[in-house]
Amino acid sequence: MILVNYGRLRFGDKMTILTVDRKEFEKKAGKVTKELEDKITMMGTPIEEVSDAEVSVEVFPNRPDLLSMGNFARAVNQFNGKGKVASFKINKPESDFVVTIDKSVKSVRPHTVCAIVKGLKFDDAKIKEIVDIQEKLHNSLGRKRKKLAIGIYPLDKIKLPIRFIGRKPEDIKFLPLEAKAEMTGRQILRGHPAGREYADLLKDMEVFPIFVDANDEILSMPPIINSEKTGRIDESTKEIFIECSGYNLVYLKKCLNIIVAALDSMGGKVYAMDVKDSKDKDFVSPDMSAEELSFKIEDIEKTLGISLKEKDVVGYLARMGIGYDVKKKVALIPAYRADILHWVDLAEEVAIAYGYDKFVPEIPEISTIAEENPVDKLKRTIGNVLAGVGLLETSSYHLTTKKNVKRMHYEFNDFIEVEDSKTERDVLRIDLLTNLLQIASENSDASYPQKVFEMGTVFARDENSSTGVFEKERLAIALADENIRFTEMKQILDYLFKMLDVEYSIEAVDNSNYIIGRCGKIVVKGKEVGLVGEIAPRVLKNWKIKMPVVACEMGLGFLMEE
Amino acid sequence: MEDKLIIESLSPMERSVLPKLSGDFLSIEDVSENADLDKTTALRAVGFLKNKELVEVESAEKKVVILGILGVNYLKKELPERVLLNKLSEKKSILIGEIRNVCGLNENEAKIALGTLKKKALIGIDGGKLVLNAKSSEVSSKMVEELFLEKLPMEVGEVKDLDALAFENLKKRKDIVEVEEQKSMSVKLTGLGVKISKMNLDDNLLEALTPKILKQNAWKGKKFRRYDLSSPVPRIYGGKRHFTNQAKDHAKSIWLEMGFKEMSGNLVETGFWVFDALFTAQDHPVREMQDTFYLKDMKGELPAKDIVSGVKKAHEGGIDGSKGWQYKWEEEKAKKVLLRTHTTNLSARKLKEIADTKEFPAKYFSIGKCFRNETVDWSHGFEFNQTEGIVVDENANFRQLIGYLTQFFNKMGFDKLRIRPAYFAYTEPSLEMDYFHPVHKKWVELGAAGMFRPEVTIPMFGKHVPVLAWGPGFDRIMTQFFEINDLRELYKNDISKLRETKVWR
Repeated sequence: MILVNYGRLRFGDKMTILTVDRKEFEKKAGKVTKELEDKITMMGTPIEEVSDAEVSVEVFPNRPDLLSMGNFARAVNQFNGKGKVASFKINKPESDFVVTIDKSVKSVRPHTVCAIVKGLKFDDAKIKEIVDIQEKLHNSLGRKRKKLAIGIYPLDKIKLPIRFIGRKPEDIKFLPLEAKAEMTGRQILRGHPAGREYADLLKDMEVFPIFVDANDEILSMPPIINSEKTGRIDESTKEIFIECSGYNLVYLKKCLNIIVAALDSMGGKVYAMDVKDSKDKDFVSPDMSAEELSFKIEDIEKTLGISLKEKDVVGYLARMGIGYDVKKKVALIPAYRADILHWVDLAEEVAIAYGYDKFVPEIPEISTIAEENPVDKLKRTIGNVLAGVGLLETSSYHLTTKKNVKRMHYEFNDFIEVEDSKTERDVLRIDLLTNLLQIASENSDASYPQKVFEMGTVFARDENSSTGVFEKERLAIALADENIRFTEMKQILDYLFKMLDVEYSIEAVDNSNYIIGRCGKIVVKGKEVGLVGEIAPRVLKNWKIKMPVVACEMGLGFLMEE
Repeated sequence: MEDKLIIESLSPMERSVLPKLSGDFLSIEDVSENADLDKTTALRAVGFLKNKELVEVESAEKKVVILGILGVNYLKKELPERVLLNKLSEKKSILIGEIRNVCGLNENEAKIALGTLKKKALIGIDGGKLVLNAKSSEVSSKMVEELFLEKLPMEVGEVKDLDALAFENLKKRKDIVEVEEQKSMSVKLTGLGVKISKMNLDDNLLEALTPKILKQNAWKGKKFRRYDLSSPVPRIYGGKRHFTNQAKDHAKSIWLEMGFKEMSGNLVETGFWVFDALFTAQDHPVREMQDTFYLKDMKGELPAKDIVSGVKKAHEGGIDGSKGWQYKWEEEKAKKVLLRTHTTNLSARKLKEIADTKEFPAKYFSIGKCFRNETVDWSHGFEFNQTEGIVVDENANFRQLIGYLTQFFNKMGFDKLRIRPAYFAYTEPSLEMDYFHPVHKKWVELGAAGMFRPEVTIPMFGKHVPVLAWGPGFDRIMTQFFEINDLRELYKNDISKLRETKVWR
């Protein structure tokens, strides 16, 4: 057997991989044995690779909170029953720990949340980790910075309090990170690598959002870039100001909380800030208190098919880092979890802690009647009849190219196109014969006679369909050989229709795709259902086919109307 | 074998060839001529005789210089340098720019003719004109290249002296000479062969049973020639279903055996049924153009208001205590028309139908094509198959989900299975099923499953009804059975390969 890596078939989610230093991780979570590897996979973070130096796991998109060493190690310990539900100490804001959201920015970037963290000891690895978390949050929770962007600044380079304001791009001027000279807002969008990458996010705005400090020094222009002067952290940085700005307060808070939790696990002391909003309510940030979510144990039992006592549930939730208030009978969701929307999410948390490998499979005793789709049944019947007369079934793509369609239908232009196809195939097929002629063209080295057929869906525009597209089931047959003639095709059709117990006739018709005088309509109950004939030399030449070909194509609808 | 049995086994063509052979090697061409058979028949006869150990065969390969396409032509007419030399001898001088016109040569030929003659010092150039340096005897005698071409074909080993020089020169020019590998074969009788050939071969055997022989009872007291049953016969190929359809039929029969109804539907679908009804946020990466095939300039219609408003609510602020995705849901995005990225749109539509008719418990499956905007390589295709299933039942639970999947994959031939946590936007709890690869000794992903979230079920049913759902990719199962290691081969339609591909069993 052969292994093929298909990536994720079901969704467009790209895999996000967290790679941590093995030694550092082992200091926090214990030795990485085979047993621990299995546990980590069963926790919902499948092991990607383990080497002497590093451990890599896949982190699903619903768990951005696991995208740092500290947060991941905490989760592993909790899952192992070694850690407690996390609680965070947030120190009160000092007098100038203030961020004011100015009226001028409300229309372009309405919200920001902030925190100050002190007592950090940065080294190369930690700085890399912080930049890494930031980037991963930008891409996952932030949807490539569309929803939110994070800024981190060395506190010793800036003067509090901070203002979040909107300013005309031409009036914004500062030295961005990785640049040689000061640039204006527009220059950054045009000339800075980060500016070009994210230009679409600001382009059409009248004012651009910026953070400025008490000296009116620009800290950053979110969601694009920080200032070199005030926005670069290095090994000497001990205290930082963090902000997360964007459009939805709920997401901004979650995002900030995830970073704060990571910095907390690095030994940082977290301080709150007063956020003064010119339009909305003022608040204190960050808020790391757990959220309450009520649920019924019976619902979880019923969903999972297992019996649970309250103390079991409390234990299982704790393994997932989730608290429980015994008096109120509610779950306490840690401030950094962004994925618990409903009690069904708690059911999964309980299932993971219970152990996916411990569930006993069950087939319930419910009675249902099986039934095959009649179209598929019919196609199988036809397929068996045609295979019985020695025809080989082919199977082709639904997408093709205009050029291929036009090799036969040279006047056809009403294509249904897909947008931005990554392959050369960019239109839906209008018939099956195009595919069969392509097959004849590509197989000139296989021995003759070549007798093939295909059944499948073809597409046409239709105003009355809810998608604007009509899908039809068709059958096409192509016979290619030095001595092939119409007779042989007619023998096959005679046999097929006889087996299907359907009367049919062939009526002569002129069609330039076929040799004149050798083309006919296939008629059933007075209705034309398809065409049959010897393919015109012009078409064969277009396909570079060196053998005569007799072909037919017909809709299968008439068989379903019976 | 007894001598007599050998004689009874000799076919007519062997009988023709045998008397023409001797204890000395004879070329196959001579054999075919002496026996008055075409070469192919003579070869077959010799093959059969060899199987009976009556002859010994010696084959050799030799490299032979033969004429190429141009060579044949030039031999019939003249080499370009000869054309030029003769014209020059006739006209005494020719302008360099006029060579092509005067001699009727193409650009390449003119260049070669000029170069060749200059190298042989037969001509010179004087102020843009060609002049003849050759004596008239040199003009009239043949050049070495001409002599060589006339001698072909010739074995490479025999090309010597002036011929070798001519061969070197002509090799550099395209299509004049070629080296071909030729096989030669000679054959002689073995000791047994000598003995048999001297015996009486005319034993009056019947070659074929005919209606006439049957009718006249002419077979009585006679023997039929014995066949060599082990000798190979020409290949034939039967007609058959495409191997992917065979595989799908097999999987379908398993779902049917388990009491599931088949659901089907269109490949072109609105974003609503592919994404929105399945609680996939409108800014989810899967909905971007780089992952999904959207149809140009197409806008679809949304279903009934009740479900649309329910879906909108589930996305924006959540229902039943859920927080939703917290953004403004737009109808326009749901109306986009696309090629389905999974078959789960069928489940979504079926779910709405079941909710409306209230006919459940219900079990449905499908196996069908899905699309995604993907560059194509050995492990990625833009079209792929998925096998989909749902179970709608008030009492459905996670253990049953594992139960159904385990049954299906066991019946598909995967024995050692495990499940592990996974994440999908519209199921909770979710799982991924792996099987243990017996050769590679590692867990390999089989497929995704879960229970639909209330944000999916409530807009349909008005309340949360448990629905088990799965959608494993089907191509891996097929490629593994048919031992295909390049996904592109699934739909390549290579006729020679299709003819040889084993059937699913």
